[in-house]
Amino acid sequence: MSEERSGAAILIECLKRQGVEFVFGYPGGAVLPIYDELFADRDIRHILVRHEAGAAHAAEGYARSTGKPGVVLVTSGPGATNAVTGIADAYMDSIPMVVITGQVPTGLIGTDAFQEADTIGLTRHCTKHNYLVKDPERLRATIDEAFRIATTGRPGPVVIDIPKDVQIAMATWNEQDTAPLPSHRYEPRLAATDDEIVQAAEMLAAAEQPVFYTGGGVINAGPRASDLLRDLQRRTGAPVTSTLMGLGCFPADHPDWLGMLGMHGTYEANMAMNRADLIVAIGARFDDRVTGRLDAFAPQAKKIHIDIDRAQINKIVPVDLGIVGDCAHVLEQLLGALENRKAQDLSEWKARILGWKARECLAYPESHETIMPQKAVQRLFEMTRARDPIITTEVGQHQMWAAQYFGFMGPNKWLTSGGLGTMGYGLPAAIGAQLGNPDALVIDIAGEASIQMNIQELATASQYRLPVKIFILNNEYMGMVRQWQELTYESRYSNSYSDSLPDFVKLAEAYGWKGIRITEEAGLDGGIHAMLDHDGPVIVDCMVAKDANCFPMIPSGAAHTEMLLYGDKVGGTMDDEAKALV
Amino acid sequence: MRIAEQASERHVLNVIVDNEAGILAKISGLFTARGYNIDSLTVADISEDHAISRVTVVTNGPPPVIDQIRAQLERLVPVHKVIDLTEAGPHVERELALIKVAGTGDKRVEALRIAELFRAKVVDTTTASFVFELTGAPDKVDSFITLMRELGLVEVGRSGVVGMMRGTQTE
Repeated sequence: MSEERSGAAILIECLKRQGVEFVFGYPGGAVLPIYDELFADRDIRHILVRHEAGAAHAAEGYARSTGKPGVVLVTSGPGATNAVTGIADAYMDSIPMVVITGQVPTGLIGTDAFQEADTIGLTRHCTKHNYLVKDPERLRATIDEAFRIATTGRPGPVVIDIPKDVQIAMATWNEQDTAPLPSHRYEPRLAATDDEIVQAAEMLAAAEQPVFYTGGGVINAGPRASDLLRDLQRRTGAPVTSTLMGLGCFPADHPDWLGMLGMHGTYEANMAMNRADLIVAIGARFDDRVTGRLDAFAPQAKKIHIDIDRAQINKIVPVDLGIVGDCAHVLEQLLGALENRKAQDLSEWKARILGWKARECLAYPESHETIMPQKAVQRLFEMTRARDPIITTEVGQHQMWAAQYFGFMGPNKWLTSGGLGTMGYGLPAAIGAQLGNPDALVIDIAGEASIQMNIQELATASQYRLPVKIFILNNEYMGMVRQWQELTYESRYSNSYSDSLPDFVKLAEAYGWKGIRITEEAGLDGGIHAMLDHDGPVIVDCMVAKDANCFPMIPSGAAHTEMLLYGDKVGGTMDDEAKALV
Repeated sequence: MRIAEQASERHVLNVIVDNEAGILAKISGLFTARGYNIDSLTVADISEDHAISRVTVVTNGPPPVIDQIRAQLERLVPVHKVIDLTEAGPHVERELALIKVAGTGDKRVEALRIAELFRAKVVDTTTASFVFELTGAPDKVDSFITLMRELGLVEVGRSGVVGMMRGTQTE
């Protein structure tokens, strides 16, 4: 039976059929017809953010912590442009997201109408795909395809721009209609060929110094991929490292866990990469933060690269065997192929790794006057690990300390802005994660500078009674900027001091949150306890050492073997080639 | 400090795409956003129902970059496939040019004589000008234009390259 429905009604119905629970959004002129449909709807819960960037990051947090796509609804013009940072962030970190943007009516497109922006043009290079829907009859097929594109293959954001008249216009709606999609054009490859698997198994079986270099792709492939990674590690015995985005895909308390690699990775992870004879990259993309100086990256290693995105293979580092496929699929195939093979004796390799671990690269000087930020993260970890918390972060030193000192045991517990490095990500992401995981303990480990970038979202958490916790490592500096200025610009701290800070405790109270300030180490455990004991949202303003640096660190343009550790003498400047690197 | 550069090679890519709004902007924008070069780009729909277009891009870059260009193009949802004609083997490349030459006397006669050698067609004439139509491989068009420069060349329009595999093989 077919009937007529408005574009807005079709949109809401399609979202429901996709199983959408939450829409993160902000109303405006060009989406009023959709908001009117939402008003009457009982199934979809709309979460009113306080800024559209917050909507996009909240959708990311929801998606990353649940594995389901995040949905965003914003108006035309500034609504869309404000959301762009979050869309670009999701694109870089492969987060499944569908963003509905209102647009001026079709007749006004291109006339510089009120709140008009070329959303399709603006988002062209930060979305996996985008659509401008001019015909309401196309809406249903478009939305279905958008969800399929966002959630399959390498996940990513998809924008659907819907002019206001298309939201109002009527189109036929057939209850049974499963509109055929032009699916020929989007078929991500999931499985490896038999030849590739045989070759990979042979390379693995022959390796004497193998390393698994894992990344966010393992998380994106679902919890099963993390389980399979553990099986594969058990079978081969090879040590495992991970990128920032991959933390949690392998348990941090495992004896063969090397810790994170790269610029602020551990000494043992970077040394193992440098000395390995085989690197198996799984869902990782050889980012510049990971490789350091390219001509010195893993010089002796043969390399296998498993990635669902063909464009990642050979992009930065040429590999010996590239396998395009879904991590879970390929790991399962690989396990099958290894079944009858005897694992190599890796004891010599592991002994060398133990030697590197003995450097204790994460050791830091204790302080009695102030709280060391590393100590604060360590205590936070130890006091919350039994509750298996979800951790979000902002961007900067605190993010790296969280990655280094907080141990992640399973996937989907660590939400951070890796690729784009977006300050202001953590609070809205925590809100999205809390909605998706109502019983979980969700903590945003923040810096005092980053948290101010989306501080308005405190009100969102208040409105929906979300008990998120913000743990600010307050060193009164944009710490990572200050650290780089110290190391490369002879400590000229240009504009990196966090002047005129608000009183975070009073700010928390103004928004109906609880505020706690920790000023000395003796109060650290008590403060964390008080935060955990409060059943509502809490800001903890933890005053930490102002001059602590994040080590280990591979300076710009240096090799994995040239790490700086605490206590190393650090030069005050660098040559132009090194300065030019990001 | 200096910006490093790498040796590059020329490749002709055929990109088969859904004929939908914005696809050309997606493709050309991808080249700009990722810093790839476009020497020429042509596009037209090629199927009976106007649903499919063929984009021919002539690009240049070091081999790893060419491989990336191909992979990045294939990542676009409306792109069905990408054929690197330069890699694929023997192929023909053709380009159409309209070339206006103005002048009288000996130069005009010489222009017409050379045009005959190149099998260029005269598609418009006045007593003081010709418009020649020439099709051929890009280097043939290049040399014709070079010769015409001395003989009163005033305007050039080029279509950019389209290419196709030789023999029975299809893409």
